[in-house]
Amino acid sequence: MKHIDIFKKIVSNPAEYAQNWKQETHGRVIGHFCSYTPEELITAADALPFRILGSGATISKAGAFLQAYSCSLVRGALEDALAGRLDFLDGTVFPHTCDSIQRLSDIWRMNTNYGFHADLIMPVKLDTESAEQYMLTVIHKFRTDLEAGLGIRISDAMLEKAVRTSNQVRNHLAALYAIRTARPGKIKSSDLHTIIKASMVMDRGRLADLLAEVVTTLEEQKDETASKPKRLVLSGGLCSMPDIYDIIESSGGAVVWDDLCTGARYFEGRIDETGDLEKNIARRLMSRTVCPAKHSGIFSRGSHLVEKVKENKADGVIFIFLKFCDPHSFDYPYMKEMLEKEGVPSMLFEIEEQTSSGGQLRTRCEAFMEML
Amino acid sequence: MTTMEKIKDPEKEKRKIKSDKKIRAIMTAYYMEAKTPKEITGKKIAWITSGGPVEPLHVMDVIPIYPENYGAMIGASKMGVGLCEKSEQMGYSSDLCSYARADIASAIVNGGPIGGLPAPDMLICCNNICGTVLKWYEVQARYFNVPLFILDTPICHTEFNPDMKRYVTAQIKEYIALLEKICGKPFDYDRMKEVGRLSVQGQRLWQEILDTTMNRPAPMTCFDAFFHLAMIVTLRGTQIAVDYYESLLQEMKERIAQGIGMIAEEKYRLVWDNIPVWYRLRWLSDKFAAHSACLVADTYTSGWCGTMKYLDENDFLGSLAEMYTRIFLNTGTDIMADNIIEMVEKYEADGVVFHSNRSCKPYSLGQYDIQRLIKEKVGIPTLMIEADMTDERSFSESQVETRIDAFIEMLQ
Repeated sequence: MKHIDIFKKIVSNPAEYAQNWKQETHGRVIGHFCSYTPEELITAADALPFRILGSGATISKAGAFLQAYSCSLVRGALEDALAGRLDFLDGTVFPHTCDSIQRLSDIWRMNTNYGFHADLIMPVKLDTESAEQYMLTVIHKFRTDLEAGLGIRISDAMLEKAVRTSNQVRNHLAALYAIRTARPGKIKSSDLHTIIKASMVMDRGRLADLLAEVVTTLEEQKDETASKPKRLVLSGGLCSMPDIYDIIESSGGAVVWDDLCTGARYFEGRIDETGDLEKNIARRLMSRTVCPAKHSGIFSRGSHLVEKVKENKADGVIFIFLKFCDPHSFDYPYMKEMLEKEGVPSMLFEIEEQTSSGGQLRTRCEAFMEML
Repeated sequence: MTTMEKIKDPEKEKRKIKSDKKIRAIMTAYYMEAKTPKEITGKKIAWITSGGPVEPLHVMDVIPIYPENYGAMIGASKMGVGLCEKSEQMGYSSDLCSYARADIASAIVNGGPIGGLPAPDMLICCNNICGTVLKWYEVQARYFNVPLFILDTPICHTEFNPDMKRYVTAQIKEYIALLEKICGKPFDYDRMKEVGRLSVQGQRLWQEILDTTMNRPAPMTCFDAFFHLAMIVTLRGTQIAVDYYESLLQEMKERIAQGIGMIAEEKYRLVWDNIPVWYRLRWLSDKFAAHSACLVADTYTSGWCGTMKYLDENDFLGSLAEMYTRIFLNTGTDIMADNIIEMVEKYEADGVVFHSNRSCKPYSLGQYDIQRLIKEKVGIPTLMIEADMTDERSFSESQVETRIDAFIEMLQ
């Protein structure tokens, strides 16, 4: 695919991309930690929403601030911040999700100096009227905080444009997922994952244009592969181990869908472009596929996974999440059980650190594929 | 057993808290009632998180059961490892909260102290203490197939704002509406006033009891507070708790008058941070006492009376939202540091002991910063103990012992 190198370059060094973007646009870069961040408001403020995923560097400084039983995202991100690898940031946003991110926000606020610091203390419950009302106030407050923090007014017109762009991005990403589901041979999952990761740090306007081209190219392209890979769905948090896609593919599998924060959860759900946009942003956050740190019924994540498996005619599921991730670890047993009831096999791979052993994963992956 | 061992040491006897027996009897009666078949008691059972508003349950004659209190019992009776292992066989990661793991397993095997908890008719989960309780109660809601009510209390990193207040207040109304539906009777608002009054009274008494350790020598230590805490947690808002704490306070006052301290020689005064290491309470207590170090206060037991300043006694229900949202675990790390520093000053402590608790991230992450702030602001030594509240596998006796010894040397 001709565009993939652009995305690969960005993903290999997102910090460099952000620095260049700053130089070029004189805009500001706002780091954030979660797919619940209403990126539209940041884009509308003429800033670049930059998803922090951790560079995977060895922990040397963060250990003095965070115990070893916190996950590699939390420790890795703090390490990057303390080592000066995120010095291009003009601010950071912490949507309330899990206990570790909650405390990371405090530690970050007390020990780094990026100017703007916002806690988006969203509701944890997403299935009640009062929670939706509260979500709306959080969105509104974030808009006001951004305006004050960046010294800019976010007009309705700016927000409209940003919402339109973000919807375009979501539509294109969804189109790419649909292409892959229909013809897994057309796009490698590792490439699609690279595109998603780049999407979380790229200038959103340029991204929307580029993605449109990618979609057209792929639609026109013929799928020449004849092999029939085992169709898999990934479920978990963020995937800090891009090798997994190559490992799956080389063991005879193909990812056809996912329920990942750095995956479908990022683009699922659209924002209504008419009427009260703050309300519409809130509505999308309330109704999109739920993260395990939030609540939307007691079976919602399991049912969603089973549904996606059926819809995408998958043969199995690989659970992949970071070690010490409490929300995912709590959900895993019941989701696995729900899959078993449907006769869908699954395996769990816990990522210890970014540098987790690929060899071990390969062996387990191959065994799993044989079983399917 | 030799006759020598049977002879009671009068010195030790003098120091024993006499109310111990009373609270044991009350707690036994409480669990006996809870375990009596519902057809006999006619009462429904709610499982509720330790930071949840229990008062409306008392108004509705619902028996509140605290899985966290049970987690502590499991730890203290050293049944944590077995139950945690069972939950791991069920697929739960060994990195998860050990209270949750032990409780989830105990529900399945119907085992553990007192033969397991009575099954709930409803689950009341307030996330002011952690996000873990949300996931834990979701597990139990699936297992027991009963209504789950979540009281979502936004964390106050730096502020408690009117939007949060409106949201939590709206949920208190939803909570009451749910109780009316489950119990099939209207909520008695007059009774709420009475329960609210008793709750405030209980909290005041508990704070007064904790404050008796400002005296030198301290009539009790935090290890005693860990034990006597049970009632302010489980029976807050009842006359039973008020009566008990009145008598305990009386006993503490008498001890002060007679100059009875909990440890033989009180040389150093320390503050404890985090949930106790339940399976090593006695060992830790003896260890510190042997060094003439008295743990005079802690951030844990004061958690059940720390938000009284937000309480309006004449409008208990109206101030419930703020009181339950602003508990110290639901605030920023810097606010938690201020809280400990205030304690250090109030109780004239010489050092702070931190329990870095693998099971409890909101309580433990940030402790390193708090340690630094204490050094900067008050300049006293601190100690970090790596452990877990209920899962003994995370405890290394020799390592903890060495650290305690080195810490005491720093105090000298």
